[in-house]
Amino acid sequence: MIGLICRRAKTYLGVYYAYMLEYRAEIILWMIAGAFPFIMMEIWAQHAAQNTTGEAVGLSVVTFYQYFFAVFLVRQLTVVWVVFEMEGDVVLGRLSSYLMHPIDPVWRHVAKHIAERFTRIPFLIGGVILFFYLYPQAWTQWQGSLGDLALAAIVITLVFMLRFALQHTTGILSFWTERASAIESFTFLPYVFLSGMLAPLDVYSPKVQAIAYWTPYPYMIDFPAKLMMGYDFPPGMLALRFSVLIGWLVAIIIINRLLWRAGLKQYSGMGA
Amino acid sequence: MDELKYMSAIVVEHLSKTYRIAKKHAGLKATLKHFFNREYRYIQAVKDISFTIQPGECVGFLGANGAGKTTALKMLTGLIHPTQGKVQVVGHTPFDRKSDFLKRVTLVMGQKQQLIWDLPAVDSLRINASVYDIDKKTYELRLGELKEMLDLDEELTQPVRKLSLGQRMKVELLAALLHHPEVLFLDEPTLGLDINAQAAVRQFLKNYNQQYNATVLLTSHYMADITALCPRVLLIHEGGLLYDGSLNGVINQFAPYREVKLELEEEPQRQQIEKYGEVESLEGHVVKLIIKRKDLTKTVEQILNDFTVLDLAVSDPPIEQIIGRLFKQGVQV
Repeated sequence: MIGLICRRAKTYLGVYYAYMLEYRAEIILWMIAGAFPFIMMEIWAQHAAQNTTGEAVGLSVVTFYQYFFAVFLVRQLTVVWVVFEMEGDVVLGRLSSYLMHPIDPVWRHVAKHIAERFTRIPFLIGGVILFFYLYPQAWTQWQGSLGDLALAAIVITLVFMLRFALQHTTGILSFWTERASAIESFTFLPYVFLSGMLAPLDVYSPKVQAIAYWTPYPYMIDFPAKLMMGYDFPPGMLALRFSVLIGWLVAIIIINRLLWRAGLKQYSGMGA
Repeated sequence: MDELKYMSAIVVEHLSKTYRIAKKHAGLKATLKHFFNREYRYIQAVKDISFTIQPGECVGFLGANGAGKTTALKMLTGLIHPTQGKVQVVGHTPFDRKSDFLKRVTLVMGQKQQLIWDLPAVDSLRINASVYDIDKKTYELRLGELKEMLDLDEELTQPVRKLSLGQRMKVELLAALLHHPEVLFLDEPTLGLDINAQAAVRQFLKNYNQQYNATVLLTSHYMADITALCPRVLLIHEGGLLYDGSLNGVINQFAPYREVKLELEEEPQRQQIEKYGEVESLEGHVVKLIIKRKDLTKTVEQILNDFTVLDLAVSDPPIEQIIGRLFKQGVQV
């Protein structure tokens, strides 16, 4: 069984890596389009530099450099688009071909996303080198150890799984509504506000932070970014953060499977 | 279920499918009404159909657009759930989507593709081989066999987008048959292909059916597909199964007319001959008439009295014409 899974994974990844290489120019453009954190970095760093203390909301210029660089990396490594593919598959009836295979169609999407990540990484390494060349103090004052980076890598993998599961679940709604991507667009608002994309969550009031950390959003950016930076979490906090993240992941996967089964009953194989 | 049904490749009992469709009229008022208070109508796409198909049989599914053929096919492949009735394909209920069922059937849709558009077809074939758990040796062997049967070679290493429609359909068939399915569901497999490509696909399907004793259920708008491949047909009309039997039987049951070809000494005017039957063609001295079987003797006698006939031939009209007429005029039961 494990051998079969490995063989399938190897074939899927090999084929979809070749597929993604066909779209390498597009991937570079997507990467550049994901440079939004650097705009926020400039805004916050300028704000901190203009203050006499050299800080804004208690964070230094270099901390802002490091935080938004980490945000950029996390977003690059966890980007998902499966809702749009699912919507097309269901609405245009492409799903029919995939459903005839003795494997869940979700694995095709998973393979595409992972293969895309492998295609993106070389360009990402170039981006990292360029960043540290332009902002050397971000490199020299980096606090995160190799252990922190390893922990961050685990969290980033979990975050990718969470974002994928969430978007795939939204995509399943295409069985009932033809525009599931509109629902995804709606969730972009809490994502932007609560994930830490605009600023570290520390800038929000304690009340907002308390609520935010029970939602899945801060775990998508703020938490892994801080782990990478070597943020000193209070005792027990790290375990709590991990637990909530895994809790959300498990809950979303359960909902996903239930909705998938119900959705298949709704499927009419449109256009086929 | 009796023993025969148990042995059958496909068993369908009282199968029905009803779709709920939202109703909407034109105009702003209707749009607002539709937004706040949606009304639905129910369309019975398939009505209480029953049939069985034995292993190795090749059966044509005939019906006009919207008759319910594709809906029935989707239920047989497990893509959609029936509203009522039972389906068993190779001993499985299709919509349970059991791995064993999916490994033993295939669906080819003329207007849909499973190949990855921007990659050479071999990449899609590798995916299929891994999905169906086909080892490397078996894969190479089957690929060789199917390549030969379909007359494919370098096409497999070209990006799919660069292939012609005919080549693509052949590769689609190869991909769909790589796991050697026992039951083939083919929905318009020759749609849009030129005559040569249609003939090649037909010949391949015939060979595959004979070589592997595969069960084939085929829908097609091209009667040549049906006549070349299917000794048995299922005629579906407005969701109901009207006929299940031999192709020739359709003629007896649904085409109670014959074609009479006449060569006359004098070139007739159309209005002169219209009273004897439907004028199928009039080219100079040669006339083709469609005459009801029951009136045949009387009408031919009358023509012989009224004209000087140089030659006369009576035949069954081509099956294409019969089916075309059936779908055009509606089926009279």
